[in-house]
Amino acid sequence: MSGVLLKIEGIKKYFPGVKALDGVNLEVWKGEVHALLGENGAGKSTLLKILSGAQPADEGTIDFDGERLDGHDTPMMRQKKGVITIYQEFNLLPALSVAENMYLSREPLRNGLIDWSKMYADAQKIIDDLGLALSAKSEVRVLSVAEQQMVEISKALTMNAKLIVMDEPTAALSGREVDKLHEIIAGLKARGISIIYVSHKLNEVKKMCDRYTVFRDGKYVSSGEVADVTVKDIVRIMVGRDVEMLKRGKVAAATGSPMLKVVGVSRGAHSGSHAMKLRDMSVEVQAGEIIGFAGLVGAGRTELARVIFGADGSDEGVIYLNGTKISPIVSPQKGLESGIALVPEDRKQQGCFLSHSIRQNMSLPNLKNLSKWSYFVDQKAELSLVESYRKKLSIKMANEAVLIGTLSGGNQQKVLLARCMALQPKVLIVDEPTRGIDVGAKAEVHQVLFDMAQAGVAVIVISSELQEVMAVCDRIVTFREGQITGVTPGAEATEEKLMNLMAIGVGEREVHAIPA
Amino acid sequence: MTISTTSPTAVSGGRKFDFVSFLEKYGVALVLVLLIIFFTSQNERFLSVRNVTNILTEVSIYGIIAVGMTFVILTGGVDLAVGSLLAFAAMCAAVIIQAMGMSFALSWLVALLVCCVVGGAAGLLHGVTITRFNVPPFIVTLGGLTVWRGATLILSGGGPISGFDAGFRWWGRGQVLAIPVPVLVLLVVAATGYVVATYTRYGRQVYAVGGNREAARLSGVNVNQILVSVYVIIGFLAGLSGFLLAARLGSAEAVAGTSYELRVIAAVVIGGTSLFGGLGGVGGTIIGSMLLGVLLNGLVMIDVSAYYQQVIIGVIIVLAVAFDTYAKSRHGGKK
Repeated sequence: MSGVLLKIEGIKKYFPGVKALDGVNLEVWKGEVHALLGENGAGKSTLLKILSGAQPADEGTIDFDGERLDGHDTPMMRQKKGVITIYQEFNLLPALSVAENMYLSREPLRNGLIDWSKMYADAQKIIDDLGLALSAKSEVRVLSVAEQQMVEISKALTMNAKLIVMDEPTAALSGREVDKLHEIIAGLKARGISIIYVSHKLNEVKKMCDRYTVFRDGKYVSSGEVADVTVKDIVRIMVGRDVEMLKRGKVAAATGSPMLKVVGVSRGAHSGSHAMKLRDMSVEVQAGEIIGFAGLVGAGRTELARVIFGADGSDEGVIYLNGTKISPIVSPQKGLESGIALVPEDRKQQGCFLSHSIRQNMSLPNLKNLSKWSYFVDQKAELSLVESYRKKLSIKMANEAVLIGTLSGGNQQKVLLARCMALQPKVLIVDEPTRGIDVGAKAEVHQVLFDMAQAGVAVIVISSELQEVMAVCDRIVTFREGQITGVTPGAEATEEKLMNLMAIGVGEREVHAIPA
Repeated sequence: MTISTTSPTAVSGGRKFDFVSFLEKYGVALVLVLLIIFFTSQNERFLSVRNVTNILTEVSIYGIIAVGMTFVILTGGVDLAVGSLLAFAAMCAAVIIQAMGMSFALSWLVALLVCCVVGGAAGLLHGVTITRFNVPPFIVTLGGLTVWRGATLILSGGGPISGFDAGFRWWGRGQVLAIPVPVLVLLVVAATGYVVATYTRYGRQVYAVGGNREAARLSGVNVNQILVSVYVIIGFLAGLSGFLLAARLGSAEAVAGTSYELRVIAAVVIGGTSLFGGLGGVGGTIIGSMLLGVLLNGLVMIDVSAYYQQVIIGVIIVLAVAFDTYAKSRHGGKK
């Protein structure tokens, strides 16, 4: 830690009606991995945008590598100085190759024309130096999410990065991919590059980062050495109180015929395409039970959920609800009418109408029950629906007319949950319910799920976070490559057991002792 | 609370006057008022009863279609065929009336029915082609633009069909309580459109499909049904306009409605409906149509050559949308 690389002081930023940042500080040393922590809405993203040049601050100063930065810098200028930001939603062009993405607008030239062979060679060298098994010529769109992230990092290295900001780098990664990323970060650090690491995964922060800074409600709270605090301490500083991951606790094993019974769902068995194939999937869920779908990214969990809900079809398979056969479920409309509700995986793309109000977002699937004279929307009933769920789920919003796009991730998720709850479904499927959500809101969402199960709903939780699945579910169904590999009762589940069921491939050894 | 305006995040307590937000909500109406004041100052005949009646009648013809276009654009689509469809529907009606003897009791009723049915059917064809074959609306209706125009020419046999009886022509030239009939029709259509878009379940679903098609689908909306329906609606309204225009002119012309689609789209877009879908509304469209009507009429009133008119209108459309985009981007939501 040989000196200060970045010194941010007194940054303030206002939006109409909202004080996003109220005088925050941040200091990052050379060659360190610095965690920027805070609940959703604390102001981290806003500060990152200001740092990267995407938005100007209203007040405050930024000193980088001994130089005071001009508040009117464009992102390109900041990049030239060595500040590279890797956003959660990558900035890659899917149809172009890895090398083309890496050198976009900075392609090496020869006699005024792009020197392709130099570009590919230079790109491949950087990739090889990072120890990655990637080809500079591959098209980005065929790469996995983890590989695309590696491309982003390689791209940062072509820009002589001094500081790399990573926003939720492991949100879409699992298991081994996370370890690989951490290896790479360690390598970057060894080269003297500083990293700002923004993440809600505090276990990773503990493992990876040297120092931390916490923001709360747009204000700077504190910073310090990671070694000096526990995860619990960090949570307390972030939230201002103690928060525990809620545990499911003992629930009497349900008996009798299941609320939801899925038998033999298959798809794509005979096609040669690479589309997700589902093989003979069967599962049962009792009313009042919470089961988890666990598996690596791409194992088939979401795909099965979408078949159950009616968003996608299957070639074979029968689905029973409360003993009655309801398949084929031809559309989400039919799924909803039968009593199955789904909160989708990607709340921005598939769940929220970002430019519409909270009220519109919450009422859409419910319009039939909120109608007046058959065709009209009963606005009074609608407003009281919003109000009742606002209270029930403690949704932080100024009023029902606010655009949902301005809410924090956690509150958006609550609106989507409320939307499904209002339908009073018999089966509720939530796909990655706490992705990108801070600790406080996470616990609230879990409590909602417990309450729903208590009320007799059959709940399916799809999650990539084993800790979450183990804490929240009665039974855990594991998936791997389009097949169900096992059902483990919650009481017996350990990370090791689950990982074995999720990750063993032909010819691979059993995985032991996953570090906590 | 209306859906048609995007309101900025609610602010409690006094805050300094947000000029851009004010403009976003009332800007178009403000410009309309300013234009009226300007043109009146240049030529006092601008606000004469006769001229105002003229403006309103002109506006009603494409304003009626603009209400339908609002629904289409709200779903993220567009319909370029409306001008040609207007002519085709009117020509079909004229041909049928001619075959039935031209002048007979209730010829207007036959014409009206034919126009609306032809328009609606063509709209249905557009909608089905778009949803079933996944062809983008722009392309389907671009095809329609030429197909229906060609069909109109074929039907017309090269010349206009005229000679409608008084009962028919009343619909284009008559007045009720000093208000021209087409304007009354516009009022009815606009009011219905506004109520449907803002207060009905169907209206919400239209906004949802435009706002986020996949999220709408996952919320149980029958997306294809909604999409087809908006094209049927605009087809029907194009037919209705064709009927009114033919009544006003006293004949069905093969060139009727040429370039109307641009005018209609301009009215919708100036009125604040986003071309990306999901935002805007009928109220804005009506003001946008009025603005366009005032502009077109006013420029003539102050003797601006037709060539300059084109330039001015084009510039206004771009400025209106640019401002609207800027104002919306300021809502900069947090993640």
